[in-house]
Parts: sequence; structure tokens; C-alpha cells
Amino acid sequence: MKLQKNTLFALYSVLESASRPERQRSAGEIARKYRISPHHLAKVLHTLAQAGVVESVRGVGGGYRFSGNAKRLTLMDVIELFENINAPGSGRAPGRSGTPRRRRASSEAGVERAVGSVLAEIDEIAKATFRSISVATMLKLIRRRRHG
Amino acid sequence: MSAPGPGAGGLVRVRNVQAGDLQDVAAIDLEITRLPKPGYWAGIYQRYGTGRRQQRFFLVAEAAGRIEGFVIGEVRDWEFGSPRCGWVFAINVRPGARLAGTGSRLLEAICEGFRRLGVHKVRTMLARDNQLILSFFRSQGMMAAPFIPLEIDLEPAGADRE
Repeated sequence: MKLQKNTLFALYSVLESASRPERQRSAGEIARKYRISPHHLAKVLHTLAQAGVVESVRGVGGGYRFSGNAKRLTLMDVIELFENINAPGSGRAPGRSGTPRRRRASSEAGVERAVGSVLAEIDEIAKATFRSISVATMLKLIRRRRHG
Repeated sequence: MSAPGPGAGGLVRVRNVQAGDLQDVAAIDLEITRLPKPGYWAGIYQRYGTGRRQQRFFLVAEAAGRIEGFVIGEVRDWEFGSPRCGWVFAINVRPGARLAGTGSRLLEAICEGFRRLGVHKVRTMLARDNQLILSFFRSQGMMAAPFIPLEIDLEPAGADRE
């Protein structure tokens, strides 16, 4: 499972805002900290706000603040807002689109299936990992890494 | 082993299992798994609960005279070259008693037991779709270990194998 940039930006934003849920931050502030495009990040934050993970605060000093449940919200919950993790072909060997339709030799199909099953295995482990880690657990991990 | 704790969890006492606890332990397991296994629990008690082996732990969390959860584990030596480590292979809390820190208390208690035996690494293994317990262990700071679990379906005896 390879995460897109938007997904990573969303994870940074969620963890950044959840670390101090009482404080609101602007898209520009988060973008500067992680050296990413504010324009890009604004779209990401909009999606997170629509999902109820962050809320937008208007007015002077406005921005976004965390509005989810850090103990319940998992990394996978955030990832799923940006990635189609159940898309056909996810975790499988790439097919041969564009080649003429023909009945493939059984050895070729066997190779593709075998490679696909190994990639699917890796994918399943990645998904289980993302599902098992809550935002609260990540915040603990971040604190340990800072002090460790 | 007895580990009374602070706060709301202070009402919970973690101690070694006793023969009379087995019915409650089996009932908690049945409530969660829906699979009765009386023979299994009797065997586990014989191997882990009778205190004959120092390296084995079977602890229960008791509150108001009722067993609310249990944890079972042991110290294992040199499995596939791994230096001795603590293994937790079962932990459960009655569904109605969760979110009160009982699971954390049980894990802390067994880790303390491992520590006293000079062990500094604790491992466990569980199904990757067991999100509840996986999340619990993650919340306690556990990370992926440098091992990969493998399995194979055994074909019936006499079947041809490529």
C-alpha cells in the first residue's frame, strides 16, 4: 500500500491538531511546519472537515482544530478518506491493460496470481497495522520519540 | 502476585489465578469467543495456574469478588535464536468491564513478573483482524516485532505434494 501525498498531509494535519485539540491552526501554519503547499493542504483540510475529523473556526485567529475522538479514530479512518483501499487491483500485480485480448498461457496467469498473492499479503498486513493504531496511540508514540 | 492500583482501577486487584476462578475465566472467554472449551481451560490451569513453574503466569483481575479479566503468558527461551523474552498469549476483559484500565493493569502485572525474571522484551501474536486486542497492545506501546508468522494447510496424509 503506497500512500499518496494528500494522505500523508492529512495524517500530519490530524496528528498536529490532535496534539493540542484546544488550539486552532491555519492551513498556512501547518504547511510551513511540514514544508508543503498551503493550497494543497487547504484541500486536504477541507476533506477532513467534511468528515468531522477537524472543524473549521472562522474569524480572527481562525483555522482548524481537532474534533474527532483520538482514542477511536484510527490511521485507517483517515487514510480511507483519501485512498480507495478496496479498489480492484489494490495489492495485486499490475495487469496488462492495452494488450490484445487473448487467452493467457496458464503459466503466465499462474505467475501473475502468485506475485499478486504475495503483494496482497503485504497489503493486508499494512491495512491491519493502520487499523490497529489510533490517533491517541500515535500521539503517545510521538511523545516517546521526542523524549527517547 | 498482587497489584492493587490507583484511582477507579484501584477497586481491581490483580492476583494469581486460583482453581475456583476457572469457571469465571471460561465464562469470559465464552462470552467473547462463543466457543466453549472446558478441557482447554482445565489444561491451561494445570500448566500455567498451579504455580509449579516460575516462568509461567496466569493472572486474574478481581473486583468486588468477581473475575473481570485474565492474562496468561510465560518466559520463552531461544525460539529460533531469540534471547529469552516474555510471551503473552491470552488477555481478555469481560466486555461489560472494559474501558476501566483493567487490561492495562493485567498487562502491567504480567510485565512486572517478566521483569523480575530478568526479561526485558515482551512479545505477543494475534490475528490481524482482531482489531480490538491489536489496538489495545498498540496503545500500550507495542510495535511490530522482527518476526513474520507463517502457516500452511496440511494436506491429508498420503496426498501428493509437488
